[in-house]
Amino acid sequence: MLLALLCLLLAGCSSALMDPKGDIGEAQRSLILSAFGLMLIVVIPVIVLTIVFGWYYRRNNTVAQYLPDWAHSNVIEAVVWLVPVVIIAILATITWKSSHSLDPHRPLESDTPTLEIQAIALDWKWLFVYPEQGIATVNEVAFPVDTPVRFRVSSGSVMNAFFIPQLGSQIYAMAGMDNDVYLRANEIGTYGGRSTNYSGAGFAGMVFDAHVTSDEDFDAWVEEVRQSPQTLTYPEGYDQLAERSSFDPVQHFASVTPELYERLVASFHTGTAPEGDAQDAPRAPAVDSNEAYQTTENQANGEGESVPMSNQAGG
Amino acid sequence: MLGKLSWEAIPLHDPIIVVVGIGMVLGALALLAALTYFRKWGWLWNEWFTSVDHKKLGIMYFIVALVMLLRGFADAIMMRTQQMFAAGGSAGFLPPDHYDQIFTAHGVIMIFFVAMPMVIGLMNLVVPLQIGARDVAFPFLNNLSFWLFAVSAILINISLVVGEFATTGWLAYAPLSGIEYSPGVGVDYWIWALQISGVGTTLTGINFFVTILKMRTKGMTLFRMPIFTWTALCSNVLIIASFPILTATVAMLTLDRYLGMNFFTNDMGGNVMMYVNLIWAWGHPEVYILILPAFGVFSEVIATFARKRLFGYHTMVWATVAITLLSFIVWLHHFFTMGAGANVNAFFGIMTMIIAIPTGVKVFNWIFTIFRGRLEMTSPVLWTLGFIITFTLGGMTGVMLALPAANFVLHNSLFVIAHFHNVIIGGVVFGMFAGLTYWFPKAFGFTLCEKWGKRAFWLWLVGFYTAFMPLYVLSFYGAARRMQSYPNAEWQPWMIVAWVGAVLIACGIACTLIQFYVSIRDRKQRQDVTGDPWDARTLEWSTSSPAPFYNFAHLPVVGDIDSFWTQKQRSLEQKEEVRYSDIHMPKNTAAGPIISVFAMIFGFAMVWHIWWLAGLGAIGVFVAFMGRVFNDDIDYYVPAAEVERIERAHQQRVEAQA
Repeated sequence: MLLALLCLLLAGCSSALMDPKGDIGEAQRSLILSAFGLMLIVVIPVIVLTIVFGWYYRRNNTVAQYLPDWAHSNVIEAVVWLVPVVIIAILATITWKSSHSLDPHRPLESDTPTLEIQAIALDWKWLFVYPEQGIATVNEVAFPVDTPVRFRVSSGSVMNAFFIPQLGSQIYAMAGMDNDVYLRANEIGTYGGRSTNYSGAGFAGMVFDAHVTSDEDFDAWVEEVRQSPQTLTYPEGYDQLAERSSFDPVQHFASVTPELYERLVASFHTGTAPEGDAQDAPRAPAVDSNEAYQTTENQANGEGESVPMSNQAGG
Repeated sequence: MLGKLSWEAIPLHDPIIVVVGIGMVLGALALLAALTYFRKWGWLWNEWFTSVDHKKLGIMYFIVALVMLLRGFADAIMMRTQQMFAAGGSAGFLPPDHYDQIFTAHGVIMIFFVAMPMVIGLMNLVVPLQIGARDVAFPFLNNLSFWLFAVSAILINISLVVGEFATTGWLAYAPLSGIEYSPGVGVDYWIWALQISGVGTTLTGINFFVTILKMRTKGMTLFRMPIFTWTALCSNVLIIASFPILTATVAMLTLDRYLGMNFFTNDMGGNVMMYVNLIWAWGHPEVYILILPAFGVFSEVIATFARKRLFGYHTMVWATVAITLLSFIVWLHHFFTMGAGANVNAFFGIMTMIIAIPTGVKVFNWIFTIFRGRLEMTSPVLWTLGFIITFTLGGMTGVMLALPAANFVLHNSLFVIAHFHNVIIGGVVFGMFAGLTYWFPKAFGFTLCEKWGKRAFWLWLVGFYTAFMPLYVLSFYGAARRMQSYPNAEWQPWMIVAWVGAVLIACGIACTLIQFYVSIRDRKQRQDVTGDPWDARTLEWSTSSPAPFYNFAHLPVVGDIDSFWTQKQRSLEQKEEVRYSDIHMPKNTAAGPIISVFAMIFGFAMVWHIWWLAGLGAIGVFVAFMGRVFNDDIDYYVPAAEVERIERAHQQRVEAQA
């Protein structure tokens, strides 16, 4: 069995989590390995003792000591409480520190300014919006190497999770919620990404490629996207895109309605008339889209609460 | 008239379901025909269906659970087969809609309709005997609990051939399970099956909690209770405290789906994160409801077969209590990736790890029970040793998942699947097989065949590692759970290995079935008249096997932990002339099955929006329940002469064998 375990470990070495391409992923690899190592301090003795005792104290081994009423030993009890306590105390410290240092919401320190990419989970594809560049893509995302990227993650539909295994941390994508995760790639390459939270029939096809490029290649890629004949408007173009489909081909949009992401998130806060929704239709803002836009503005200024804003509109 | 129900609800387009459906219908017809032909209906109704005897209810729980295990395992093997084929762009043989139903049904069935009834069945069979009681506190409710569970199992199986099952995953996360994204009847089947069986489970929790606290025999203080009873007590505390959360959560989802409310919708102020929180506030204690009694089984088995007192009894009890309490403050570890923030994540991560301490102590206590013992390698012991090793590994991967920062890359992947099968197969399933083998003679009066039992164990053990170690590996390559297909062709070899593992487990299940067949065939040779085939330590072994319906002619008096063992050591044979007295017993009742059948009709009608039928079902439940409430003729006395006759007959059998 140990041999099989070794096999598995060797097989794991070339895997996405054990061969990360970003510093978040690297920290997580060493975290997993150190936790694994620490726990082996208990796990290995348990396995060895179970086998050794089970064999040595077998029924027909009359040489072995037999004390049918021996059921207590302060020394043993102290050891079996203390050892796990110490290990868990160490792990708890590691947990506290790593939960903070690897908090997905924590901006990464860098001289390079952070690039913001907005990732929106739709049924069943990923829409990426680049607010600074004013472009958008479907099922393809690109960013320069060694640049901190802030992925703001939300959903236009059900819950999903945004994950590029070789770069580290995933985060849930939820409608009406503006979640985020900071990631950074340290090596040029193409890494697979996907939704990991089951979201319905087309879930298997919610895969995308993340291209990590040099700065020049990134600029060239942005230029290429800008050459696309397609543009993305909100809500009309978005509504069309949000229609259910899976395994979508990569799409590029040369321009995108400003604040699409913010307006989509806010659209879930305002509330809609239930009979206004067709079953499969994507969600459109209930109130005039300008009003929805205003709502976001208000929130940004800290004036509005994220409660349904215009319930009287629902009837 | 029939709501949403029409002929289109029969999935004739799917050949797999058609074949299975025809098989199910034919099987049911054959069973009904056989019962009619052999004129067994009266016997079945009077002796079993209406019985309030906890031992018979325990057996019925196990029978239903084993049938559902076959159904749930058929789902498992289809999933493994699908994932074996659906690599590198291939679509496999199951379309997403069917595959999604299968993994949802697998989870729901294995947890609610296999693991839960096994655990509850074992508690039924064992707890009253272990505490020296004649029945549970509320015998009628016990029968009702069973039937509410049984009709829910039927409801789930109806969903296979009439309509569809949920495609949402076993916990039906909102908003996917809301009416907007799941307009079909699948989620409604899920809702009503869980609600009806949930009522039964809650009643069981209350029933056994009261039974253990109030009905212990003379001298059995809390700290003289057998460990299995202790774990059952804690498990029932968890049921009482957590199942109402499930009921309320599912009720709110029901209001969303049926009345257009917005508890868990994306908009209108609904909060999907609240659903996830609530469902896990129940869901995490739920796993301890399952595992604690399994811990209890291992404690009994290891002490009995090592011929030695359990090491650190008090530690064991306090560890169990600690786990019970801690299980309520760890639920957030199921969704660290929701983005709660570092302090919240760290708190729940650390709380989770702390559970590893009492659990680790328990493991060492079992090991030190073997130490200086005389361990007999029976199949229950093999299950126990297999458990200690497998569960420890599963605990280790659990702690890795509990590290929030590591969880960010392991969550939602096959790592989670491998981890919880690691602890549920290695813990609950192994525990239930150990318990089944261990207490089988108490239920039926003959032992199970060891040869086939050991074969089942080895196939399960090897099968488990073969099936789930590849999933750990794949998770490191970024394989998510619940994928109907995946583009990565290089994952396929691992999936094939996992499939082989599932086949090995199938062989293990086959061995168990053969074990039953062989043991029943040879029941004369395998008979145990002593009532104590293992030379065991606790009270259930002091009465005959199978135990008389009143359990004990005289309620035993306890002066120690392992009182029966001490008594045997002192060989205090009470040879003096014993006097028997009348025994007060509950009467069988048809109320349980009748209420439950109406509950099933109500559930089915609600699923299909057949409102008049739902009304009829609800009225039926109410009227049948009232009928029971106003029935005073619920108990009787077994005359002393009858008790004497039964006890004499038993003594004669013992003497005849001696």
